[in-house]
Amino acid sequence: MDITDFRSLATVLCAIGFTAVVWWAYGSSRKERFEQDALLPFIEDDAEAGTPAQREEQSS
Amino acid sequence: MTAPTRYNYKVVHQFAIMTVVWGIVGMLVGVFIAAQLAWPALNFDTSWLSFGRLRPLHTNAVIFAFGGSALMATSLFVVQRTCHTRLISDRLAAFVFWGWQAVIVAAAITLPMGLTSSKEYAELEWPIDVLIAIVWICYAIVFFGTITKRKEKHIYVANWFFGAFIIAVAILHIINSLALPVTLTKSYSVYSGTVDALVQWWYGHNAVGFFLTAGFLGIMYYFVPKQAERPVYSYRLSVVHFWALIAIYVWAGPHHLHFTSLPDWTQSVGMAMSLVLLAPSWGGMINGIMTLSGAWDKLRTDPILKFLIVSLSFYGMSTFEGPMMSIKSVNALSHYTDWTIGHVHSGALGWVAMISIGSMYHLIPLMYGRRAGAMYSVKLIDLHFWLSTIGTVLYIVSMWVNGLMQGLMWRAVNSDGTLTYSFIESVEASYAGYVVRFIGGAIFFAGMLVMAYNIWKTRQLALANPLPADDLIDSNVQGAHA
Repeated sequence: MDITDFRSLATVLCAIGFTAVVWWAYGSSRKERFEQDALLPFIEDDAEAGTPAQREEQSS
Repeated sequence: MTAPTRYNYKVVHQFAIMTVVWGIVGMLVGVFIAAQLAWPALNFDTSWLSFGRLRPLHTNAVIFAFGGSALMATSLFVVQRTCHTRLISDRLAAFVFWGWQAVIVAAAITLPMGLTSSKEYAELEWPIDVLIAIVWICYAIVFFGTITKRKEKHIYVANWFFGAFIIAVAILHIINSLALPVTLTKSYSVYSGTVDALVQWWYGHNAVGFFLTAGFLGIMYYFVPKQAERPVYSYRLSVVHFWALIAIYVWAGPHHLHFTSLPDWTQSVGMAMSLVLLAPSWGGMINGIMTLSGAWDKLRTDPILKFLIVSLSFYGMSTFEGPMMSIKSVNALSHYTDWTIGHVHSGALGWVAMISIGSMYHLIPLMYGRRAGAMYSVKLIDLHFWLSTIGTVLYIVSMWVNGLMQGLMWRAVNSDGTLTYSFIESVEASYAGYVVRFIGGAIFFAGMLVMAYNIWKTRQLALANPLPADDLIDSNVQGAHA
């Protein structure tokens, strides 16, 4: 195997890898799961943001 | 007895404040050297005020001090908020903060003294490089350590971008900075000739790709959904464009070395990869902007959202412009002209600075126990938004005009084959553009002062009235706290 074969192999592997990522991300069985994941920043929101202990720490 | 604080906001608060401080310092130096290009007498014949020494001070201050502080503030905030756990170590986090500030102060002292390794965006000499590596590895430990003790099974996409940024910058910094020290203040790169140039621009372009892009996309993926109060447009697109972006960016560096002694095929690979890069870049832009789909009216009333969304427009613009400029025949015209400077600032002011500013306006009130985005004055945020936008547009348009003009003047030849213009004629012709650029930069800088005032008043308001009686922005978060 010379370097050109390695280059070809790398290109093919990258293409397969990319296709695999697209297949995984857009597979219908994972649709629900990704919709849930997107909500992560909204779970258990600012409940603690205004506690007195915290403000004490901020102002010190 | 006080209840234990759930999250470490102290280090987030410190980095957030220093984001504004270093933004003001770095941009002030930028405005000053912009004035020097229009009025060269402003170097006052003093070596440490000369353009060659202050320019790296400006770039280091805005990229690593302003941008770096913004990234550290937001990443350490987001990783806690989306993993629902406190940072793994408060002491290590404090070391990261003070260590990073020490790096910045060391840079601010050594660069005007003329101590430089002469590698662009990696000018700092070896003792500071060693300190950067130590601080960065500690930052990685704090970030990834916090992820390992997360309470949520899933690692939110913003953390993937922050994580890629932290790992890539560690690799880039350490490999590009390898040098043989001669004295405490002088070292020589272990690479030589063309290899040195290629390593340098592999580093240089990935400083753009991972520091100024992946990291700020991490900011985008948390703060745009939060400020818009809706989940990101397509979580699946975020997965695909993450892997595509990090896989392709590392190959784009050679476009900085078109028509040099770098082998021609390497230049072509760099150009091809830069063109492909348009797709994952726009994947991120579309995902961010389309998050507002169905809620565009929020842009009318929320200047923080305006900052975030307009920054994505500038991101889309500059990631279209970049691939175009990497095409060899376009690069033959644009390279070494002010067009490059305009392109960089379209990304740096329009994208990086504006998304940082937007995220700081969201985050800083939280640090004072107020609701997200509840700053002292919404009107002042709006004023800041317009100053930033107008300043950026003046800057990039003047540099486009200058760049095209310089490129055309340099290549113009008479019928007998001699050059039509001498170099100094192109410099003289650039004067008007330099003045407009100075004005644009000064306007952007003025916006940062407005921001500092607004933050100061927010802090005073929070101290005088600990619980937010009247929030100035209505319901930026679900379920206001007690």
